[in-house]
Amino acid sequence: MLFGGVIGRRAHWIAVPALFGSFLASCIVFAGVAGGATYTPTLFPWIVAGDFETAVAAYVDPLTGVMLLVVTGVGFLIHLYSAGYMHDDPGYARYFAYLNLFVFSMTMLVLAGNFLLLYVFWEAVGLCSYLLIGFWYTRPAAAQAGKKAFIVNRVGDFGFGLGVMWLWTALGTLDYGAVFTAVDTLPTTTATGIALLLFMGACGKSAQLPLHTWLPDAMEGPTPVSALIHAATMVTAGVYMVARSHALFERSGVALEVVAWVGVATALFAATIGLVQTDIKRVLAYSTVSQLGYMFAAVGLGAYAAGIFHLVTHAFFKALLFLGAGSVIHGLGGQQDLRKMGGLSSRMVTTTITTTVGALGLAGLPGLAGFFSKDEILAAAFHGGHRAIWALLLVGAFMTAFYSSRLLFLAFYSGPRMTKEAAHHVHESPGVMTLPLWVLAILTVVAGVAVGIPSEHGTRFARFLAPVFPVHEVAHGGGVAMMLIAMAVIVFTAGVVLAWFLYMPAPVRAEAIGRPRNPVHALLLNAWYVDALYDLAVVRPLFALSTFCARSFDVKVVDGLVNAVGRVVVAGAAGLRQIQTGYSVNYALTMLAGAVLLVAFLLAR
Amino acid sequence: MTGLLSAVTFLPAAGALALLLVPRRMAGAQRVGALLIALAALALSLPLFLGFDADAAGYQFEEVRRWMPTLGVTYHVGIDGISLLLVLLTTFLTPLVLASAWHSIEDRVKEFVVTMLILETGMVGVFVSLDLFLFYVFWEAMLIPMYFVIGVWGGANRIYAAVKFVLYTMAGSVLMLVAILALYFQHGAATGTYTFDVPALARWVLAPGLAQNLMFLAFAFAFAIKVPLFPFHTWLPDAHVEAPTPGSVILAGVLLKMGTYGFLRFCLPFFPDASLAFGPLVFALAVIGIVYGAWVSTVQADIKKLVAYSSVSHLGFVMLGIFTLTQQGLVGGVIQMVNHGLSTGALFLMVGMIYERRHTRLIAEFGGLWKVVPAFSALFLVVTLSSVGLPGLNGFVGEFLILVGAFQVNRWLAAAATTGIIFAAVYMLWMYQRVIFGEVTHEANRGLRDLTPREWAVLVPVIVFIVWIGVYPAAFTGKTEASVEALIAQVQGKASPRSP
Repeated sequence: MLFGGVIGRRAHWIAVPALFGSFLASCIVFAGVAGGATYTPTLFPWIVAGDFETAVAAYVDPLTGVMLLVVTGVGFLIHLYSAGYMHDDPGYARYFAYLNLFVFSMTMLVLAGNFLLLYVFWEAVGLCSYLLIGFWYTRPAAAQAGKKAFIVNRVGDFGFGLGVMWLWTALGTLDYGAVFTAVDTLPTTTATGIALLLFMGACGKSAQLPLHTWLPDAMEGPTPVSALIHAATMVTAGVYMVARSHALFERSGVALEVVAWVGVATALFAATIGLVQTDIKRVLAYSTVSQLGYMFAAVGLGAYAAGIFHLVTHAFFKALLFLGAGSVIHGLGGQQDLRKMGGLSSRMVTTTITTTVGALGLAGLPGLAGFFSKDEILAAAFHGGHRAIWALLLVGAFMTAFYSSRLLFLAFYSGPRMTKEAAHHVHESPGVMTLPLWVLAILTVVAGVAVGIPSEHGTRFARFLAPVFPVHEVAHGGGVAMMLIAMAVIVFTAGVVLAWFLYMPAPVRAEAIGRPRNPVHALLLNAWYVDALYDLAVVRPLFALSTFCARSFDVKVVDGLVNAVGRVVVAGAAGLRQIQTGYSVNYALTMLAGAVLLVAFLLAR
Repeated sequence: MTGLLSAVTFLPAAGALALLLVPRRMAGAQRVGALLIALAALALSLPLFLGFDADAAGYQFEEVRRWMPTLGVTYHVGIDGISLLLVLLTTFLTPLVLASAWHSIEDRVKEFVVTMLILETGMVGVFVSLDLFLFYVFWEAMLIPMYFVIGVWGGANRIYAAVKFVLYTMAGSVLMLVAILALYFQHGAATGTYTFDVPALARWVLAPGLAQNLMFLAFAFAFAIKVPLFPFHTWLPDAHVEAPTPGSVILAGVLLKMGTYGFLRFCLPFFPDASLAFGPLVFALAVIGIVYGAWVSTVQADIKKLVAYSSVSHLGFVMLGIFTLTQQGLVGGVIQMVNHGLSTGALFLMVGMIYERRHTRLIAEFGGLWKVVPAFSALFLVVTLSSVGLPGLNGFVGEFLILVGAFQVNRWLAAAATTGIIFAAVYMLWMYQRVIFGEVTHEANRGLRDLTPREWAVLVPVIVFIVWIGVYPAAFTGKTEASVEALIAQVQGKASPRSP
């Protein structure tokens, strides 16, 4: 699977079937755990030192099964799409090698049977992300973004690593099974500390506040990479981790609360930025950050199945949106600027239809997958008594509906704004790229209806995961349920209609978009100036400190003291100048001779 | 297999004597001969690893011969699970270094290969000596070839660097010699047996107090300089920058480990009370070294200097692990010594390869190398990531175990040390980005040649071990576990009970 690199142009003949094979294997695994069984095979002992023992071992239960299907299924579709999208790239084979390495690492991440192995593949997917963001390494922005992603993730992993150490120090094991049964013996403050440190890692990997800044920059990578790694799979690893360790987070209580509020804050924060972006991929990137916030809000509320369900549906419609955007970019010869698009609906029919499905799925059109999964989260907030969270997430849903439809209108349905020359070259993408679009569009349409319809025993999806997550009996149905659905429909409609009024009736003036009109608008355009703040408060001071240490402190103080000692010795020896020859070998020999004399003296005593 | 250890130790020196008979003008024969001798030493050292009984804590392959009976000096060598790995690291790196210098050392080839082989004997001797006198002889003897390597084949400012290296080390060594003699006489006066035998001295307990503290400090000073522990590190960047590639690889790969090894073999067992008493000081210096080394690395303009300062950071981790006196910290520390030898050794090798082509090591002189030398860039990435401690590669195993050990001692200490892994990513990846990514910005870089078969042959073995230790570390940690456990038991058993 990892040797895609050696066969050049035909790399996809290995990479794509390999992914199909892993998908089939995942289906078999899925069938095996569908009854709710848990398997924990162990391969070999890995790091062993005294009573610290961790093995390369797997933990397979229905949650693993779901994650495997998403990773390999969406992964396969995106591999297929890549064969078309990356066709003319000189680094074709390198691309597939990295992409396969990613799917391998991500598969191992969800299969891992203990926290240390999770950490290993947690960093391994980060490495793939680094390599793929910087795939077009000759572009300085791409190289910069890759490095930024790695370092910001390292900040999160700093917490994650300490959490793992603390967990072991407290419980003496890192195996999932053993940890989750022993977790009730932990003092709650310890549980809180460990859970929050682990969550710090999740904030890095899943781009939550305040470690979200790397994800928008990660859009420098090829678009299928954005779809696979930075939307559908890797960035959801944090959600998976919290859901997987829910016993620990529940033991703490406070930690769950923190997860929920960080999720809500991120969901709103990123949505506001998504409202005004002009780069099609950046809109989607901030949308991803926001939707990840919804997932964290869900797991933070204890609605783990709802969070994972949103993870799944989001994987479908966001991968679809990114691939659709990729198809647009491909058709426009690399153009990503929404201001220079428009009128694509007549020229790229398949892309338009499928992307519209994706955007409506994201916006929450009743009947599509995203509607059901978001509704589950909102309902969980409402029924759990977290009215404030419910209201805030509803506001977020309004913004989601607005930016999704804004993207659709600007790219496809408004009048064309590109040059005649550019318009002439617009073309639909080849079948190898449109097939995955269709599959994902169908999934977006049916996934909700198939497994997401709420009942008094929870959705089918939640019942499937019941062996992993206890189902909280929620009183769905009746007037309250109707009210919740009505509210969701209202904010969806309001968002779409508002976007329609702003961008559809009159021809869009491209120069008016993306130019700050007032301070609030400028704040959003600049993503709340978080990057600038970090630069000012963290990067520059550290750089200045490093420079001071290297140029002044190390040379003048540390080495200066050493030289001063040397000078004192030399001055003291000034009287013995005649035997000073200036050759250090002489000094060395003299010292050796002195030492020998000393020995002789001591022995002769 | 009596005599095997002596054979591994003295084969390189004997080979060096033989090479003296080969005429100077036959440089090719000198190179091939030296490489064969080093490979033979490596082959001889493999049975040490394969035949090593991992379950036994004591010394193995021991040899004891009379040497100077009136002084209590014996020729006593042996290895335990700690020195085993360091001996192998030495015999593994030496042939690679000789192969790497095939074209870079054109001047005085004969002297060079002879010096390197004598150096190998000195290094192995340090790790196998179980007699303080013998140890000291090797310790000092090894200085002289290293002095020549830097001073003769080094860069423009080589004399300054060589003198600094020697004087700095000597300053520590002389204090250690005094402490060795003090220990010898104290032990002799107390037991009636005057001996330099390490196991005998380690079995004996010196009363806690001023004498023990002073002797600890004298030993610690010598070793801290060698490690180098902050703030005794300033000789290192100078030595590395001026040393030729083989010198840098051996210096970083093996010589620095003599400092950490000294702490393990002598300071901890001889002076358990002082080791515990000064533990917090060592922790503080180690953590400062981890963070400070990383900061200083970040802003270096010269790749070699960057790697040199990163050693201060990495060796800080080793010191931290050793002084946690936990099984995890010590096993992590030992494996991290090996890891640093491999990763940093490989970094210096690769910096040397690029220097041979461009005659500069300034980061600003590079950029866009992936386009020109993709194979070099890919291997450089693996080595860089190993140095950054990416899980799945060797560096992670050591660092993680050390930090687990540190966490048990003090969680804030562990947290402070863990920031080092963030900074490591900063300085290494930033350097990598500027050297390898981007467009080719200097015309001189456009025609660079990618790795030659000889260079592949040098790098692939290192990378095999980088991956091997990362994926299956138990093959190596398993050999040290018993020795480490015994060491901890010894220190804790010998230290006077302290009031909590």
